[in-house]
Amino acid sequence: MAYEVPLRKAANQPAINKARQLRQWRETGILTGLVGAAGFSIFTTVAIIGILFVQSVHFFGMPEVTLSEFLFTSKWPVLIGSDDNYGIWPLICGSLLVTIIAMVVALPLGLVTAIYLSEYAPRGLRAVLKPTLEVLAGIPTVVYGFFALTFITPMILQKIDPAFNGFNATSAGIAVGILCLPIVTSLTEDALQSVPRSLREGAYGLGGTKLDVSVRVVVPAAFSGLISATLLAFARAMGETMIVALAAGQLPQVTLDPRDQIETMTGFMVRAAKGDITHTGAAYYSLYAVAGTLFIITFALTVIGQLIRRRYREEYR
Amino acid sequence: MTPAILSDPEKRQSALRSTTARQWKNRLFVYFCTVVAGCSVLILFILLAAIFAQGLHFLNLDFLQRPASTEPAKTGVSTGLVGTLMVCSVCAIFTLPLGVATAIFLEEYQPRSHFFQKIRGFIQLNITNLAGVPSVVYGILGLTVFVNLFGLAGSPSQPAFEFGATHFYQYLNLESDEPQIVRIPVENSEQPPPELQSGMLAYTGNGRAVKLNVISSDADWPDDPKLAVRTLRVNETGGLQTDTEWYHFRLPFGRSVLAMGLTLMLVVLPILITASQEALRAVPFSLREGAFGLGATRWQTVRNVTLPAAIPGIMTGSIIAMSRAIGEAAPIVIISGVAFMTSMPHSLMSDTPVLPLQVFYWSGQAVKEFHDVAASGIIVLLGVLLLFNAAAVILRQKLQKPLS
Repeated sequence: MAYEVPLRKAANQPAINKARQLRQWRETGILTGLVGAAGFSIFTTVAIIGILFVQSVHFFGMPEVTLSEFLFTSKWPVLIGSDDNYGIWPLICGSLLVTIIAMVVALPLGLVTAIYLSEYAPRGLRAVLKPTLEVLAGIPTVVYGFFALTFITPMILQKIDPAFNGFNATSAGIAVGILCLPIVTSLTEDALQSVPRSLREGAYGLGGTKLDVSVRVVVPAAFSGLISATLLAFARAMGETMIVALAAGQLPQVTLDPRDQIETMTGFMVRAAKGDITHTGAAYYSLYAVAGTLFIITFALTVIGQLIRRRYREEYR
Repeated sequence: MTPAILSDPEKRQSALRSTTARQWKNRLFVYFCTVVAGCSVLILFILLAAIFAQGLHFLNLDFLQRPASTEPAKTGVSTGLVGTLMVCSVCAIFTLPLGVATAIFLEEYQPRSHFFQKIRGFIQLNITNLAGVPSVVYGILGLTVFVNLFGLAGSPSQPAFEFGATHFYQYLNLESDEPQIVRIPVENSEQPPPELQSGMLAYTGNGRAVKLNVISSDADWPDDPKLAVRTLRVNETGGLQTDTEWYHFRLPFGRSVLAMGLTLMLVVLPILITASQEALRAVPFSLREGAFGLGATRWQTVRNVTLPAAIPGIMTGSIIAMSRAIGEAAPIVIISGVAFMTSMPHSLMSDTPVLPLQVFYWSGQAVKEFHDVAASGIIVLLGVLLLFNAAAVILRQKLQKPLS
């Protein structure tokens, strides 16, 4: 839209003023719209926190549930709808078990891949590795869940040890680890790349080999970045849903046995939403309490991870 | 004075040896790194091989055209494909303007005052944090806000506001030569069955408006076929049915395409905002300065200079975001619930399965044949994603222009 700006003559002054006024109004209108759009993200956060809080309060207000039972007992209803004990710990333990297995897979692989990409990789291999990681990151999570259920468990784990249940924490953990691998790699590579060249050059000047430089200089210098990558990947693994819903099982229990079936917080949410739960019972509102717990954990991890990430980015600027 | 390492032959020897040892270690480490980094390629290969080996034999054109079924040999992805396309379109329509507008605000309207800078930083941090919120939590949000509208406007089955839907009681006549349907319209779905009276407005099975003819339970059935089609016995019981038009709309949205699309919007919005911001940031500052120098206002600069230059980057971001929306299943599982639906979604208010949801349900079945079906479904899903990304790459290359 072009403006008809009147010629600058004394007689045209009112018209010029009007055109300016119009333009001013439009600028203000557009700015308001943009502020509204940006405000939407704040609104989303407020809505999440508000809804989870209000509904959880409603949950804890129910006669069959108490907050102390939720926080300090470790028995979660196996059958939804049976008036049972709501203690969150089996779900948290399940989530932690899967997440830790995922980290055992993703962190070493991701760290070494990132070092390789950042310090060693020749151009040709980089051109293969980078797209591979992008494809891995782009594959829908339900596909990893299918892979864990129909390949990792029967073809790998049960061949190694027949004691593995058809649903188990290990297969889910491995799949979540594969899912986290691209995230860990790209965040770690980001951190390694932000270490200034001068540090590397100094180390080379002292006679260090590439190994010395990358392992003894670059990695320690990027340490805070690695911590941040770990936290962010941890949060991602905690919140992963479809893989655990398919492969980890549906039995909430406190166990450290990675061969057994468990249930995570996200897994429970899927099970509860899938079944026909009435919209009034404690089972329905327990969904919000579990979601709230998950949100608090992942949000805290993400915030800390992002703050550390910001700090190391500024560290060498 | 020469250092001991050079003058003392023994120390010199050991230093040299340690050098070779270090070089050996270095070389070994390179091999180690290559092997570990190669793992990701291997994993991707095994993943795809396992899925294709399982699903390829099942995949044919019929599979793409059939609706879902409870029998593995007869099931298909047509409803899921249409559902995915509809949900994704809804998601794109809402996400793209909102995301790009937020990115423009954050990148192009950077405030000078300290206070507003703080607010901008807060919004920025908030968006990065929203990207870290598990998608299943967004599913809970969508269930509360979009599906049930906080419970403020009735329930999805008895919405407070609705149009494009007609409710009626349907009666089946078996006494004529052929079974016939008579429908009596009612105001809403809460209404009890109407009292049958002669002269009431009714519709025949093919949609013709007629006057109802009611006869007592023991009267003879009329011989005239024209009369018979609009005849019901007084004690007949019917079932409540709802017909919806393509423009059917209700508040709350219920388990519908619109609710799913909006929920996915929440999931992918942070991704799109971040990507668009990066695209805008990559536009050289000299372009903006040129525009300002010509007397353009901020919005004129954005509209005519910055945004066109950043469009290829924004498109890439949109594609990544939409791919995520296509593959995302967790929030949909929370919101929807149907995977074996046989009717095509035909309005924004229809409940529909989407591809990842179908894959999820098939994978969870105990019957082993369903796992093959799931693998086929995954191949279709990956195919859709591939098509989508390929189209984007081509489009981007056409749009790409050198900037400086």
